[in-house]
Amino acid sequence: MSKARASFGRTAGVHVALIAYTLIALFPVFLTIANSFKSRNAIFREPLALPTPETFSLIGYQTVLKQGDFLGYFQNSTIVTVVSIALVLLFGAMAAFALSEYRFRGNALMGLYLALGIMIPIRLGTVAILQGMVATGLVNTLTALILVYTAQGLPLAVFILSEFMRTVSDDLKNAGRIDGLSEYAIFFRLVLPLVRPAMATVAVFTMIPIWNDLWFPLILAPAETTKTVTLGSQIFIGQFVTNWNAVLSALSLAIFPVLVLYVIFSRQLIRGITAGAVK
Amino acid sequence: MNASDTKMTDISEIKRPRRWHILVFLLPALIVYTAVMILPLIETLRQSFFNTVEGQYTFVGLSNFKVLFGDPRWAADFWNALKNNFVFFLIHMAVQNPIGIALAAMLSIPKLRFSAFYRTAIFLPTLLSFVIVGFIWKLILSPIWGVAPFLLDSVGLKWLFAPWLGKPDTALIAVSLISVWQYIGIPMMLIYAALLNIPDEVIEAAECDGVTGWSQFWKIKLPLILPAIGIVSILTFVGNFNAFDLIYTVQGALAGPDKSTDILGTLLYRTFFGFQLQLGDRSMGATIAAIMFLIILAGVSLYLFVIQRRMRRYQF
Repeated sequence: MSKARASFGRTAGVHVALIAYTLIALFPVFLTIANSFKSRNAIFREPLALPTPETFSLIGYQTVLKQGDFLGYFQNSTIVTVVSIALVLLFGAMAAFALSEYRFRGNALMGLYLALGIMIPIRLGTVAILQGMVATGLVNTLTALILVYTAQGLPLAVFILSEFMRTVSDDLKNAGRIDGLSEYAIFFRLVLPLVRPAMATVAVFTMIPIWNDLWFPLILAPAETTKTVTLGSQIFIGQFVTNWNAVLSALSLAIFPVLVLYVIFSRQLIRGITAGAVK
Repeated sequence: MNASDTKMTDISEIKRPRRWHILVFLLPALIVYTAVMILPLIETLRQSFFNTVEGQYTFVGLSNFKVLFGDPRWAADFWNALKNNFVFFLIHMAVQNPIGIALAAMLSIPKLRFSAFYRTAIFLPTLLSFVIVGFIWKLILSPIWGVAPFLLDSVGLKWLFAPWLGKPDTALIAVSLISVWQYIGIPMMLIYAALLNIPDEVIEAAECDGVTGWSQFWKIKLPLILPAIGIVSILTFVGNFNAFDLIYTVQGALAGPDKSTDILGTLLYRTFFGFQLQLGDRSMGATIAAIMFLIILAGVSLYLFVIQRRMRRYQF
């Protein structure tokens, strides 16, 4: 009886702590979105209030949609992010499999060479990258961004995935070999499904810096047709810095696609973590 | 790797002396990585040994580095940025890791209700861009809007409020905490996944031995998630020593007030591409990039060769 009460108290404590941190995490986002629907006076008079019929206003959104092509920016960001993640996961998993599964001369050296990229910010090579993109005519194309982000994401993907692939049972793979599966089939049909949770983790890791990056869109693809959401909103907010309605609306528009993406994506992440775990 | 694996590899080596599949698996990653990342990086590092002397672009050895460390025009800025960068990193480690572990430990309690909701919500800021996060916090902490003083007032702490981002002695702490707020999801998720991967048998065995609650966490779970904490720490180190975007968005390229939030990334940007009256200096930029490279290399070497070697890997 007393044990049950103690555990109830502990559970309640855990919920209080988690709710408190959840509020800290969500409050700024909520504040931005709620205020983006209010008139200028209401934003300043009662920043914490939800928009009411008297204070409701879409003036900020009207300004934003008149001035910027947010739909186009969103499309560019999506293309770049999705293609880069797909390439990082495929190439990264293949390389991780080669490193964790086979013993060959130079294995450790190759692992170290690929791991170098975790610590080296690809930004440090920006000038030479820009020169290369100019030389190959890729400036102001989404391909340039995809190439850079694939290179940027690969090292971490290889690192994390090879850590996880070492935990995949050797017996399983050897059983596959005895059954006559080729090495490719072992990789695609046995190992990949087992490391799905790790792939989800890697996808999150890869996606965040790509979606959020300001640096490379600014340098490699600043043209109006190739602007990403991050660059587009940065430039927009910079121009409208004293127009609080417009700034809050632009921020909300930049948050909105992430929210939608996240609602779809977090389910996959959770499913991956819980269903695929090798135990 | 165990004995049966070695034997297996030997057998396949006899059957197929050339194992082309290894090359096929490695090649795509190698090509993209080498061409887009490594070669440009080497080229940039090479330029740190070159400078324009009397209109001639020549090899100057280490003199760029001497200028950066000792020349009155450069040294003060450089050492200031380096010091700030270390403070930035230490604040991250001291705040982000304990909170991340605590959140993950609470979320991994079996049958905890709403845990999916908490997890999803707490991870959300991590997905937002620096541009969004920087501007949101700039607005919230702005004395003009008054959200921060209002909130502090509601808990009776209004006297605590100050324009933190605008004061030289608090600006760096404020920016670091904004960055922690944004990235707490990463340590939380990685450690959470590590906790979930601990087999039930291990926990059950511990419970049979009477190890529960706190002592179970410290004696059983924490040692098993140490590799995850190691990964989190090194990721934080690397991320902090090439950080740029957040400070650029919140405090501008000059990393104000009075360069109190200047870190190596912002210094590199100002030096490399120039800002306002200052002209861009490719060679000195490459030199700062080389310093950042060395610092990060030192940290990662420490992790790979000292810390990671000492960690045991458990295969369940």
